[in-house]
Amino acid sequence: MDLALDAVSHRYGAVEVMRDITFDVPSGRIVCIIGPSGCGKSTLLRFLGGLERPGAGRVLQLGTPPSDSLNPLTYIFQDFALLPWRTVEGNISLVLEDHGIGGDRAEAIVADVLARTKLADFRTALPKQLSGGMKQRVAIARALAVNPAVMLMDEPLSALDSQTRELLMDDLIGLWTRAPFTAVYVTHNLAEAVRLGHRIVVLSRRPGQVREQVTIDKPLGERGFADPDLDAIQRHLWSLMREEAMAADQELVDV
Amino acid sequence: MSDQALPGAPVTETATAEEPAAGGRPVPFRGGGFVPKTKFWLGPIVFVVIIALLEWGTRAGVISALTLPRPSDVLATFVRLWETGLLWDHLVPSLTRFAVGSAMGCTAGVMVGIAIGLFTYVRAGLVPVVAAIFPIPKIALLPLFVIWFGIDEGSKYALIALGTFTPMVVATYGAVDNVDRTLIRMGQSFNLTWASIVRKIVLPGAMPGILSGLRVSLAIGIILLVAAEMLGANYGVGAYIVEAGYLFDLERLFAGVTILSVLGVTVSFLLGQVERRVLRWRV
Repeated sequence: MDLALDAVSHRYGAVEVMRDITFDVPSGRIVCIIGPSGCGKSTLLRFLGGLERPGAGRVLQLGTPPSDSLNPLTYIFQDFALLPWRTVEGNISLVLEDHGIGGDRAEAIVADVLARTKLADFRTALPKQLSGGMKQRVAIARALAVNPAVMLMDEPLSALDSQTRELLMDDLIGLWTRAPFTAVYVTHNLAEAVRLGHRIVVLSRRPGQVREQVTIDKPLGERGFADPDLDAIQRHLWSLMREEAMAADQELVDV
Repeated sequence: MSDQALPGAPVTETATAEEPAAGGRPVPFRGGGFVPKTKFWLGPIVFVVIIALLEWGTRAGVISALTLPRPSDVLATFVRLWETGLLWDHLVPSLTRFAVGSAMGCTAGVMVGIAIGLFTYVRAGLVPVVAAIFPIPKIALLPLFVIWFGIDEGSKYALIALGTFTPMVVATYGAVDNVDRTLIRMGQSFNLTWASIVRKIVLPGAMPGILSGLRVSLAIGIILLVAAEMLGANYGVGAYIVEAGYLFDLERLFAGVTILSVLGVTVSFLLGQVERRVLRWRV
């Protein structure tokens, strides 16, 4: 299933936050959205998953999601959004319960996603016992449990320290290499974008518009730490964003 | 990643000098405090010291017998209550009234509070009503309740129920307001049903606030128990205290007041146990 944004514009009251944004998310690819703060990246992601309605334009699903997908559009949040009163497995079974999946079937799914995210030993832990990286792994496991057609990731690594971020990036690349998934990945971190993105959509400052779309052909598995090709792309992205970021930084906020 | 040391970078010299430079002063410590800890033994000791002081004071004549009864006399009165079986005659009706009244009030309060927390129109309609009822001294309404619900148990249940209802409503809708909205959005993003979101996300999330509201409500319930028993009750801790008060029988008055204190401490202890079990997940 593909997703497409068609001429999406939006304003909050008198403030125009995005203007005429059009791009598509092809299936099996990771599309990264980068842009200066306040350009509406996260709002765009909420449009894509139907948590918010754009003022103008359309968000389209092209094709039907696979029939075994319980929740085609699934989010991974920056602050993990785990229920603190449920254990790791409880947090995962939460999203299965409403689909009438219980007993052995739920057990099999939970065991599978925990194994894929290397969490099998932490099944009965409460979120307060886990580090930030572990919490985000639980959130990823929960997303995998519903077999999403598109994963909508809202700065998933921004709340983590840089070492944990590297580890989780490797995990995401490993997950994608074993079973390619479709994802929209919002971030403000250019290094993450060039490591994980097949395509990078650069937004301008408010009102957010598509400045440029950069495609990276190098397979995810071959992208290493301090790769010269990626560095060149990252420098190019920074040259695009530098002035936008500076201008965005000096704006008065009155939203 | 720029903060990682480059391999092969010159190793800076390790600290060699053990002693600080001459004339060095230790940096004064300015942290600490503001973190009260629980010391389980201290509470009982304070009680014992206060009672011992009173006992000594009344025996030595520093405190006159008219001002305060001797703690040992209060204890003797209490033992007599126990032996004659009168204690249970008073305690059982009181506990029943307290349990029934506060159960009705708190249950209704939690339900109304959740409705206010979830629905715009309920909130707009009921918040002013609750704000209007809250400051009314419920004791003033007792004659009204006697007319409405009869002089028997009905009016007593109603008084305690109304008294525990309003603080419970306010605590509950505040607690629902404080439930992390990102958790609710998460539930929606996974297509959880409305009922599931309320039952699995809103209710547990509001539980800390509901339980602390329960502490306040139950304390108010105990206060109103005495008020309710001032009118038309032959038995009950409140009736016992009021009767002792009319007779200026300070030993019996204090024995009754002690029972209420013990009741309050017990309720608070039980709630603490419930909190420890239910809120185990809290950081």
